[in-house]
Amino acid sequence: MQDVNKIVNGKDLFLKPEYKEVLDNKKQFEGGMGAVNPAKTEEISEWTKGWDYREKNLAREAITINPAKACQPLGAVMVALGFENTMPYVHGSHGCVAYFRSYFTRHFKEPTPCVSDSMTEDAAVFGGLTNMKDGLKNCAALYKPEMIAVSTTCMAEVIGDDLHAFAIAAKEEDKGEFLGEDFPITYAHTPSFTGSHITGYDNMMHGIMSQLTEGNKKEEKNGKINIIPGFETYIGSIRSVKAIVESFGAEYTMLGDHSDQWDMPAGDYSMFAGGTPIEEAKDSINADATISLQKYSTVKTMKMVTKRWKHAGGASNPIGLKGTDEFVMKLAELTGKDVPQKLKTERGRLVDAMQDSYPYMHGKKFAIWGDPDFLIGMVSFLLEMGAEPTHVLCNNPARGWEEEMRALLDTSPASADCHVWAGKDLWHMRSLLFTEPVDFMIGNSYGKELMRDTNIPLIYIGFPIFDRHHLHRYSISGYDGALNLLTWITNKVLDQLDEDTKGIASTDYFFDLIR
Amino acid sequence: MGPESLEARQKAAVEEVLKAYPEKAAKNRAKHLGVGSPDDESQKTCGNVRSNKKTVPGVMSQRGCAYAGSKGVVWGPVKDMVHISHGPVGCGQYSRAGRRNYYIGTTGVDTFVTMNFTSDFQEKDIVFGGDKKLDKCLHEIDELFPLNNGITVQSECPIGLIGDDINATSKMYAKKTGQTIVPVNCEGFRGVSQSLGHHIANDAVRDYIFDGSPAVLGEPIEVTEYDVAIIGDYNIGGDAWSSRILLEEMGLRVVAQWSGDATIKEMVQTTKAKLNLLHCYRSMNYISRHMEKEYGIPWIEYNFFGPSQTIKSLRKIAAFFDESIQAKCEEVIAKYQPMVDAVQAKFRPRLEGKQVMLFVGGLRPRHVIGAYEDLGMEVIGTGYEFAHDDDYKRTKDEIFRSTVIYDDVNEYELEAFVKALQPDLVASGIKEKYVFQKMGLPYRQMHSWDYSGPYHGYDGFAIFAADMDLAINSPVWGHSKAPWDKEGEV
Repeated sequence: MQDVNKIVNGKDLFLKPEYKEVLDNKKQFEGGMGAVNPAKTEEISEWTKGWDYREKNLAREAITINPAKACQPLGAVMVALGFENTMPYVHGSHGCVAYFRSYFTRHFKEPTPCVSDSMTEDAAVFGGLTNMKDGLKNCAALYKPEMIAVSTTCMAEVIGDDLHAFAIAAKEEDKGEFLGEDFPITYAHTPSFTGSHITGYDNMMHGIMSQLTEGNKKEEKNGKINIIPGFETYIGSIRSVKAIVESFGAEYTMLGDHSDQWDMPAGDYSMFAGGTPIEEAKDSINADATISLQKYSTVKTMKMVTKRWKHAGGASNPIGLKGTDEFVMKLAELTGKDVPQKLKTERGRLVDAMQDSYPYMHGKKFAIWGDPDFLIGMVSFLLEMGAEPTHVLCNNPARGWEEEMRALLDTSPASADCHVWAGKDLWHMRSLLFTEPVDFMIGNSYGKELMRDTNIPLIYIGFPIFDRHHLHRYSISGYDGALNLLTWITNKVLDQLDEDTKGIASTDYFFDLIR
Repeated sequence: MGPESLEARQKAAVEEVLKAYPEKAAKNRAKHLGVGSPDDESQKTCGNVRSNKKTVPGVMSQRGCAYAGSKGVVWGPVKDMVHISHGPVGCGQYSRAGRRNYYIGTTGVDTFVTMNFTSDFQEKDIVFGGDKKLDKCLHEIDELFPLNNGITVQSECPIGLIGDDINATSKMYAKKTGQTIVPVNCEGFRGVSQSLGHHIANDAVRDYIFDGSPAVLGEPIEVTEYDVAIIGDYNIGGDAWSSRILLEEMGLRVVAQWSGDATIKEMVQTTKAKLNLLHCYRSMNYISRHMEKEYGIPWIEYNFFGPSQTIKSLRKIAAFFDESIQAKCEEVIAKYQPMVDAVQAKFRPRLEGKQVMLFVGGLRPRHVIGAYEDLGMEVIGTGYEFAHDDDYKRTKDEIFRSTVIYDDVNEYELEAFVKALQPDLVASGIKEKYVFQKMGLPYRQMHSWDYSGPYHGYDGFAIFAADMDLAINSPVWGHSKAPWDKEGEV
């Protein structure tokens, strides 16, 4: 029973003897193997850790278990929230929107506005035009956005709704009451059964950029550089990149800047904060250059930018030392300016820190998973520190990624022991970790069960992170971001060293005060 | 605050909120908003609100879908079965391990609740159909997870639209292997909310667990006169465990939990229980009614939130049994009373008179009212995501005062109501949490117990009280105002 002077929640409550009895007693009614024959559970548990199981596991063709990817409209919602006063609108069933909102909210600990037009059976039969007409009108009336960015769920995609036609029809019927002629309704088809959340990011970014700039191409360039962050879940990274560009004194437009939206100060609440001004986005076609920070999250968008808009720039991934160097050099080239002293100093500090800490990362084996661009940047940084990325797993690889990652790993002296796992999931990873163990894992909250099962420490870097706070506020890009990565990883290595050596009168000779 | 009565302010708030809508939407929403009064016998439902209707498009509803109702609520917690999210990758990913359905077991070996199994549909599966892929999924699961005691197939939106026949595929596989395979046609677009998913999932239990006579491990249990089953408790944060202990202390034998920490065997043997105890009426009344009709098992609703309701419920349950149980029931009540008194003495002075607005699903919009009132707190607004008329009828008996009632409230309305009525605490879900916290309002998630709990039973009440105190009396809310802010600002 609870003691009023020491009320405990479930963590300790169920350890009390009366609850141990309850849980033991329950077993007689259960039909799980653990209750009926614990030895069998133990036997199978051991079997799942071996090579035989690994081979069967890797041979899977149909079922995905514990994926490390999400679906397209999630990425589309992120894009929409990067534009000023823009409401993400998902055409389809509202259950999807409840999921997108809770998923982002659990990661950022911030509100995530997004509406749906709540299609149900009748819309599945007759199409969702009525839902879209009503939905756009209601959304505009209630929330008064400056733009509505429409993406689709798989339901709407399967029945083949035509967003372009629907948006026109909605405006016609509204007769300018809430949806004026100039009111931008941008859209992208984002079928969940193709690609992943980064594909949806790409489609929505392409949709917004192509539709907003239509008819806005001018003779004169505006002298700006467009930056597209990609599916960036580190708010601090966007700020780091901005600071780098600003240090060159360059005029720029961050296209899809959700850094304020998911980082609102307390004290007041407004539904939208920050974001790329719509007018600026309309003018983005007239920029001198466009740089994408995530090549694999912006394939279609960058194809338009380089082929049709003929912008200079291209992709540059500012994670790690080399990645940041390349980004800085690109800016120097595009602006025709020397690298500013501020960045030179920042770089020097980062390199100094790397030279301070390298003994703890050198030769350590890592397993890592995440989105393709994140992995390119992170693996590059691990290699810069002399670490060995033993298992690099990407559940949503884009074309060309596997080859690029292989080439990157081949620059390591430990190349032969570094493996690329394209299109695999985290249940595959479990087998890999048991059969070819590593010292540390780097990944999102889904690594938690791997940590429990394998005892390998998890360093929380990635998306989503639900069970650690505030990491998303930091940067992992730029020289300052690399310093964060270095700090997190080195200190986790040191934490683990203490964990391993804290045995009193047995191992604590190595429990050093100074490291 | 002016001299206006609470009821007048509530009515004004409802009127005001409707003004923002276009005509058609306003007409619709007007039927879902009202002010309930404990004394007004004329109201058909609490606040006379209409419910279980289509959501107005474009309004940021908090509702989920049929898949969420089946996979997320009813089936997902059944721990020794594998649940396939059948279709594209998203649904299973977004709903993975989010509900805190606690269970004991070796995950990935003999239990699977927090994992995500998905057929991860690609374009070719949409174009050519996914039945063959499903069959292969079932094979692969059985090979890699030999201790699973069955597999459910939870349909996502595309399944019903592309003409796949998961029922035939499942049946064929089950026949071939002797395995228990439960196809569930819970596509997200079916119905208007999670609610239809609950119903579809309940029907699947009937068809495949009761009528399908699946193989179960171990010996069948011997029946006793005191066998009861807990129905509609998803063991969020361990709720069913802190309920179970009370039932066992009063001499009853809990033979099954539905479906938090459940095994398929418990579900099978429920048909031999003497009484079904129904906590979440909304999500499991269907199977309870079925068991009553088919197996003659009576069911009663109970409420284990807060001591007042817990005591009432314990007595109601005991009344069904003989005097020995009734006597033990009184002993249980007496045993816990000093603890309850101490909890109330400690927290009531800190929470007395604080006003609360709720918006949750299932049973909680009415069931937790008593627990707040036990702490001296006043619930002044409540509503359900996916309730039906019968829920709003039951709500009439649970409110203590004039209460604004909002069915399928959306973000705009909830924000407006909170601004108009200025409660001291908002208690709802994750999607709204940070909206209100940014306004400086204490907030508790009442779906997940905000990563705390359990809240059921006596031990749960102590946690509930401590958590509400934590939220309301934390110093952090006082920091919003900076020393340089002028009076009246922020």
